[in-house]
Amino acid sequence: MATATKKKLVQWGPAEVKSALLEKYPPKVARKRAKQIMINEAQQNETPELTANVRTIPGIITMRGCTYAGCKGVIMGPTRDIVNLVHGPIGCSFYAWLTRRNQTDAGPDGENYMNYCFSTDMQEQDIIFGGEKKLAQAIQEAYDLFHPKSIAVFATCPVGLIGDDIHTVSKNMKEKFGDCNVYAFSCEGYKGVSQSAGHHIANNQVFRHLVGQNDEVKPGKYKINLLGEYNIGGDGFEIDRIFKKCGITCISTFSGNSTYDQFASSHTADLNAVMCHRSINYVADMMETKYGIPWVKVNFIGAKATAKSLRKIAGYFGEKALIDRVEAVIAEEMPEVEAALAEITPRTEGKTAMMFVGGSRAHHYKELFDELKMKTISAGYEFGHQDDYEGRQVLPNIQVDADSRNIEEIEVSADETRFKPRKSDKEMKALEKAGYRFKHYDGLAADMDKGTLIIDDLNQYEAEKLVELMKPDIFCAGVKEKYSIQKLGVPMKQLHSYDSGGPYAGFQGAVNFYKEIDRMVNSKVWGFMKAPWQKNPQLSASYNWE
Amino acid sequence: MRKVAIYGKGGIGKSTTTQNTVAGLVELGRKVMVVGCDPKADSTRLLLGGLAQKSVLDTLREEGEDVELDDIRKAGYGGTWCVESGGPEPGVGCAGRGIITSINMLESLGAYEESEGLDYAFYDVLGDVVCGGFAMPIRDGKAEEIYIVVSGEMMAMYAANNISKGIMKFAQSGSVRLGGLICNSRAVDNEEEMISEFAKKLGTHMIYFVPRDNDVQRAEINRKTVLEWNPEVKQADAYRGLAKAIDENTKFVIPTPLEIEELEKLLMDYGLMN
Repeated sequence: MATATKKKLVQWGPAEVKSALLEKYPPKVARKRAKQIMINEAQQNETPELTANVRTIPGIITMRGCTYAGCKGVIMGPTRDIVNLVHGPIGCSFYAWLTRRNQTDAGPDGENYMNYCFSTDMQEQDIIFGGEKKLAQAIQEAYDLFHPKSIAVFATCPVGLIGDDIHTVSKNMKEKFGDCNVYAFSCEGYKGVSQSAGHHIANNQVFRHLVGQNDEVKPGKYKINLLGEYNIGGDGFEIDRIFKKCGITCISTFSGNSTYDQFASSHTADLNAVMCHRSINYVADMMETKYGIPWVKVNFIGAKATAKSLRKIAGYFGEKALIDRVEAVIAEEMPEVEAALAEITPRTEGKTAMMFVGGSRAHHYKELFDELKMKTISAGYEFGHQDDYEGRQVLPNIQVDADSRNIEEIEVSADETRFKPRKSDKEMKALEKAGYRFKHYDGLAADMDKGTLIIDDLNQYEAEKLVELMKPDIFCAGVKEKYSIQKLGVPMKQLHSYDSGGPYAGFQGAVNFYKEIDRMVNSKVWGFMKAPWQKNPQLSASYNWE
Repeated sequence: MRKVAIYGKGGIGKSTTTQNTVAGLVELGRKVMVVGCDPKADSTRLLLGGLAQKSVLDTLREEGEDVELDDIRKAGYGGTWCVESGGPEPGVGCAGRGIITSINMLESLGAYEESEGLDYAFYDVLGDVVCGGFAMPIRDGKAEEIYIVVSGEMMAMYAANNISKGIMKFAQSGSVRLGGLICNSRAVDNEEEMISEFAKKLGTHMIYFVPRDNDVQRAEINRKTVLEWNPEVKQADAYRGLAKAIDENTKFVIPTPLEIEELEKLLMDYGLMN
């Protein structure tokens, strides 16, 4: 059991680990990487110390994905009734098809295109002569077959290179159909430094073409949008269950188990609750400017975090009925969580975890490990920006480099007729005075212990080195890292797709996660990584001339 | 078979020079194939007496994979084989990729086979070396000798220098060499001397000086090469001379492109000589 921990001979300090990680690099690479590895000072580090959202150094096997993956895969992928048509050679569409385990409930209308893979299947001829006609044909075909409310077109790398005008094609098709909203995303994989650019591109187009299309006011008293929740492994279903129980109406989720109409009427909600800060804060900001909807950061990963987030939402609306209802729900849900923790924590307490996921996930999942009394000894993001690490207070100091300037920033102003501040200035001030913080996120660093290592854009080499030096009891990342880490004898949990598990959000999700982590870190299988004869040879002999 | 590519600044007269030279080579009894690498598909107009050619890429698109050599090449003046690579409409797609595809197609159909009995394959390439696709004829030994059409005008010389950079790059890894500069005169001051000096600095030679003559224009209006239109005129002899010079050329070099300052100086020295 936990043989790795016990066998640790030398206790490595964070500074030694950092220099060991950099040791093998050429000087220039080491200098660059050193800026992306931070020994955490814990709480209130005033000077920004971590470089993030910069190019990966060529030759390094990064954990990052491409801009197309961020746009099509992450943001638009989970939406069930929009036909996601990929303009490009077939691989880009095929390998982005259902791979993120976004679950969906087709609902009463049964409209669900997530199980289809749409592609224009570009051939060499289309590259040479341009693919616009083929794209128009594909849009027409999708429309004729399914009559969807909306078709989204995604550009892959070659489309950008040959300059197909996907926006004009989409606009023309939209006008032709009249009853189907068609729009395109210039999310060529080569743009930006990571998938983060794809999130931004998706946010811009969702805001431009979807948000605000339907002014119909939906029933419900406490109306919110949940931004940055992607319903991996059914997370969204658990959160919806809790909202329903509390009497909170979720107008739109961006974008787990979402529909076109949810996006279209999202501007009618009264609060935006932002979960994944990195991937969706752009829309939250734009909706506030245009429609007057304030946003708060929430986190539904971890039972305590869920309770805290629910209280935050209730506090915003400030009505006793809701506050009491939320408290009652928390009181009702927590005993099961506590019972599970009481049973499991004796087996997990003191164990260590590492997490290198996403642009907010590593932070969110730290909550669950805290609840299990496990220590997160190192964490980081694949595509986080400096504010995701050090909090939004560093935003004014972030230097916008050429790579980020390449990604469009849309100018938004208040909507002439539909801008409506949800709270008066006085009410907002009162809330802020009572400790309520809008547009606020402290980032990962503030929650990490002093002396832990925060590493941006970790790569395969550093991951293996970290595991070798620090021997965590569990390592969390994505599928690319899964098996290389397990070969080192450390259990590996995918926090992008959850392997085959989930949900891990909310109260019931937390219990699922406790059980899963208990199973993984306490499995005896990792003690059998070496065959018996590798440890104790049954026969030994020597050459007779020795 | 000698594989020749003609490069040079846009509008310098590559297609005209190529076709007239090819006509000269035909007179010398050579069997030539001309491959036009320009989406406009106008590199064989004078040899064919019009633009009736169906391009490789159009054929490929319409016929699918079932293409015969005879579908894409057409016999022109004096038994030359004429091929147009073709390409997309302006502003769409990727013409460079098109050239790669069509040269590969020609190869797989056996257009260059010994049985075809070719003495020369000429590539007439659009403009400057703008991207990988347009460099295709000088990559992988598709073309082995390059002639750059140039005049005494500054931008033409800039382009020639730039093309030399491309040749140098590919020469280091392959068999391509610069065969010389063809001066297609614009009647600039001291043109012949300047281009000779420029060629020398590039490590090559000015293989021929083609004087400016309106007969070229007259022949073009008639959709003919000068040699076909009127073999007696003086300009016909100029092209015969160029054809002979190429046929007898043995000087193939890896060029040494000039620094911009050096090129500017050359222009100053000769341009202001009077």
